[in-house]
Amino acid sequence: MAVIVWIVEGTWPACVDAARAHASEGDDVVLLHVTGDEMPGAAHGAYAGLLGRARPDRDPGTRVEGMAVAAGERLLAEAAGRLGRPCARSERSGRVEREVVAAAEGADLLVLARDGDITHLGPRSLGPVSRFIVDHAPCPVLLVWPETTPSTSTLPPPPR
Amino acid sequence: MVLGCAVIRPWGLPEAVVAVPAAGAVIAAGAIPLDHAVAEAARLGPVIGFLAAILVLAQLCDDEGLFHACGGWMARRAAGSPRRLLVLVFVTASSVTAVLSLDATVVLLTPVVFATAARLGARAKPHVYACTHLSNTASLLLPVSNLTNLLAFAASGLSFTRFAALMALPWLVAIAAEYAVIRRFFATDLDAGAGAPATSVSPELPMFALLTVVGTLAGLVLTSVLGVDPAWAAAAGAAILAARALARRRTTAPAIVRAAALPFCAFVLALGIVVRAVVDNGLADALGRLVPAGTGLGALLAVAVLAAVLANVINNLPAVLVLLPLTAPIGPGAVLAVLLGVNIGPNLTYAGSLATLLWRRVVREHDTAVDLGEFTRLGLFAVSTALPLSVMALWVSLQVIGG
Repeated sequence: MAVIVWIVEGTWPACVDAARAHASEGDDVVLLHVTGDEMPGAAHGAYAGLLGRARPDRDPGTRVEGMAVAAGERLLAEAAGRLGRPCARSERSGRVEREVVAAAEGADLLVLARDGDITHLGPRSLGPVSRFIVDHAPCPVLLVWPETTPSTSTLPPPPR
Repeated sequence: MVLGCAVIRPWGLPEAVVAVPAAGAVIAAGAIPLDHAVAEAARLGPVIGFLAAILVLAQLCDDEGLFHACGGWMARRAAGSPRRLLVLVFVTASSVTAVLSLDATVVLLTPVVFATAARLGARAKPHVYACTHLSNTASLLLPVSNLTNLLAFAASGLSFTRFAALMALPWLVAIAAEYAVIRRFFATDLDAGAGAPATSVSPELPMFALLTVVGTLAGLVLTSVLGVDPAWAAAAGAAILAARALARRRTTAPAIVRAAALPFCAFVLALGIVVRAVVDNGLADALGRLVPAGTGLGALLAVAVLAAVLANVINNLPAVLVLLPLTAPIGPGAVLAVLLGVNIGPNLTYAGSLATLLWRRVVREHDTAVDLGEFTRLGLFAVSTALPLSVMALWVSLQVIGG
């Protein structure tokens, strides 16, 4: 079985633990991290806004791009350490939600964490990115709570 | 027509290579009398010297490791909490922008902030966006914070300390508004927590660089009180750091000259002359009708909104050059309202203005398709909150301190 574990800053330990609990020894586990375009983009944009300082070697966006890839690889190494069994690592960049969906093609399971309001059960526990991935995933999905799962007392009252 | 081309090209092509010949052309074509051009150059000269000194100072602080040390300090104090990190990023980015100018925040601090967030295992997006936004919003406080301020400072007739006193409240209010917006906009990312405990040892704070910056700041106030051009204080600060760095062989003379960004300085001078020609040749009459006279709250708000719109269409640098001759006769209040507009306004558009954005689209400098939707939504919230509130704060300052 091919299991893809989407690693995101902050919430990844829950995904790794879920993969360890649900994948059997012989399964191929791939740890996936996606670096978004937004941060280098924001830095490129801010530099472009400085009219007349046209020195591409000083563009902070380029520095952020390089650091983002290194940071993603560091995070994957940490996650691999927590998983504690052989696994593959995949570092991608682009639009996060689309890259995750593309990477999940042909997989037997995609593990991801909720990234919205994690204090209540309900649709708001999925942010826009994980909502897109859950809605468009081309494979079975294992959706985990990053911290303690809220109790059923957080359910909204039934409609009248 | 010729004039139009000459003006639009330097805005699209941010290069002295085009702007300087364009300035030469408008003088040669008689669009601006030579004595007006000379007067404009004489007015801009000290301002540009001031700017070059601050750019050198910021670069030397980076060479001394000041920004690196800031990153270590933020990581330590954040103690693994993204929300605490955001507060620290706000404090750092606001101070760096105010004292060492927005260039320092964009070029030198933003990568450090990203690295700090990544080191903590936190999502870096709120912190990086905060940094890029604050490079504009937090550049209200001092004349040195932004080139737009330096230009307005020269035109307004205010002293350094009076400028800072009038802008202190709008500066604080704009930063607070920005903080509220970013904290809410990125609530999910901030709640996600941070994985890694800050284990690594923090680099030592470069005390000499820090004290030089503090001393320069004191010098700016002192020169202003004594009636000396504060550019001398900035130059002295840069000279002290440069002498030390050269003596210790941490930098070279060519590196310092490069840090002064001489082509950029030439570009600003040329842009000033071209814009003066356009303003003299009819733009003053056209825009003059749009600029409301008076310094009531409504008039200030209208001036700030006009400035923000103009900054978003062209860029804040030409916008301030166009609006200064029209608002300077009204008084310092109107000039400062222009600054609120041109400094906060650029957060609305990715790349600071439509002109820059279109230009970048044309040349496709970076192939990444950036999600403009999120950027613009954040900008819309931030500008629509920070701009009116800071104009009100300016009005209060003007009432209390007096224009």
